[in-house]
Amino acid sequence: MRAYIAARLVTAVLVILGVSVVSFFLTFLTGDPAEIMLPPGATAVQIAKFRAEWGFDDPLAIQYWRFLRRAVHGDFGVSLRHGQSSLPLIAARLPATLQLTVTAMLLAIVLAVPLGVLAATHRGGKIDLIAMGVALLGQSVPNFWLAIMMILLFAVSWGVLPTSGRGGFAHVVMPAAAIAINLMALLTRLVRTTMIEVLAEDYVRTARGKGLREVFVHTRHALPNALIPLVTVVGLQFGYILGGAVVIETIFTWPGVGLFTIQAILNRDYPVVQASVFILATAVVLINLAVDLLYVWLDPRIRVA
Amino acid sequence: MSGRVERESAPVSPALRAPSVGLAWLARLARRSPLATVGAVIVGLVIVAALAAPLLATTDPIDQDLTIVLKPPFWLEDGSLRHPLGTDHLGRDVYSRLVYGARISLAISVLAALLGAAVGVAAGLVAGYIGGRVDAIIMRVVDLNLAFPLILLALAVVALLGASVKNLVIVMSITTWMIYARVVRGLSLTLREQEFVQAIRALGAHDARIIARHVLPNVLAPVMVIWTLEIARVILMESALSFLGLGVPPPTPTWGRMLAEGRDYLTVAGWISIFPGLAIMVTVLGINFLGDGLRDLLDPRLRRQT
Repeated sequence: MRAYIAARLVTAVLVILGVSVVSFFLTFLTGDPAEIMLPPGATAVQIAKFRAEWGFDDPLAIQYWRFLRRAVHGDFGVSLRHGQSSLPLIAARLPATLQLTVTAMLLAIVLAVPLGVLAATHRGGKIDLIAMGVALLGQSVPNFWLAIMMILLFAVSWGVLPTSGRGGFAHVVMPAAAIAINLMALLTRLVRTTMIEVLAEDYVRTARGKGLREVFVHTRHALPNALIPLVTVVGLQFGYILGGAVVIETIFTWPGVGLFTIQAILNRDYPVVQASVFILATAVVLINLAVDLLYVWLDPRIRVA
Repeated sequence: MSGRVERESAPVSPALRAPSVGLAWLARLARRSPLATVGAVIVGLVIVAALAAPLLATTDPIDQDLTIVLKPPFWLEDGSLRHPLGTDHLGRDVYSRLVYGARISLAISVLAALLGAAVGVAAGLVAGYIGGRVDAIIMRVVDLNLAFPLILLALAVVALLGASVKNLVIVMSITTWMIYARVVRGLSLTLREQEFVQAIRALGAHDARIIARHVLPNVLAPVMVIWTLEIARVILMESALSFLGLGVPPPTPTWGRMLAEGRDYLTVAGWISIFPGLAIMVTVLGINFLGDGLRDLLDPRLRRQT
């Protein structure tokens, strides 16, 4: 098992290095970063001066090495728009995004688990049909459209929830629900499928044979085993959830990393875009690593092997 | 001699045979999976709308008429059948824009999913069949690509390169190839060890030939299922990019931008945003129905226990 963890750590470090290469090369997609960063109409002298100042005349490998060395020290350069170091700017907005994504994940799990279990235990019945209908709709609805429709209904027509910004619990409900919907649909189907599989296992039959009540068999014997795959899938979906947050934050002007990054992309504020892509991707890698390690702990069969 | 043996020794299990789309097949689909049939009908209608947009549209989708701005759909007061789904803030016909919008959504999504599938299947075949270091490298690239919040990557790349149809197709395909690579790698890994492949190799067939003639056909069914479902995902992503202002540039009507443009008029003219959203949802729902149905039909190993 120690070997597995070591291998997993090495992979994570390699992927993070890859992430740094991609973040670095983002600036070079159009050819000359100086042209992207400087306002249009900059003179040749200005461009040359800018290139020299930022070290764009050095060979790429040297530039990448410099980028990496600075990145390790948390230095991604100064935001062209805000005139401050980009990492603290992003760090300041991270809690808002975390609040939103974690709420969304919890919301998705809290709704999906009972729905999936009920669908599995009432397989083929009305509840199953409704649950699967909800799941299919949830999978197909564009989350930004749902967000707008919720604003129209809950904020504009009924006035029960605020349209935008960050504040109390009322502020987080709509954006979190909009992000959660696709994940909720996916998890409902997953819980239903694994629960059906688990219910056919011998140990469930044994539990029934002991004369345990059905509810007890479902919640104590079947459900914990059915939830193991859920951990992996939620971890794997974290990247998608962050992506969802990027779109949803702009709709609700939620002051998180997503909104900030979109503004940076539109303003061509490249130090911020680089830093943000690097940090968000690294976060996804670390979460997946954590999930894999958690999985080892959850599933004794892997732990022993 | 070797040709004959090869044909005989390449048993494609019936359930995995790549489907031939004919009337009998459609009838089987309808009987086996009513949902998939509903999906096929929805998808068929959207394709027809996209192809026949000039015939179906009642007006030019980019024609502005400032004398008829924000007219409601025909069933509301002040609505008329001249503009069945109303008009937007520039007096453009929402129905006609919707029909034309189907073109962009479908074209970009189908092409991006196709390109992603081609790259992903090739990568998966090579990784699974050759194995070793090549496999390790390809799979690390897959991991790397999966680590990025894809929409953020797509946004950054589109913002840099400019939002043309070509760039969007390329960017979207970057977000979709990994899943094929993973699935196809897993399948070809097992296929490589199967007796019929071993036998063909013993007969001296070249690796490239084995991959193309014997491994590829056996992975096509799951690939088709993934392809269908990925089109749905790409449609959602394309509309999200378009919604954020980074889709195909105006004046081309796209569902995502129509939705975004309607945001400022939500309270007075909700229909501008409501219909494109419904169009996206129904299309994606139809594709998902079809994809699920195809999976049940083509690949019993993936079938959900129902």
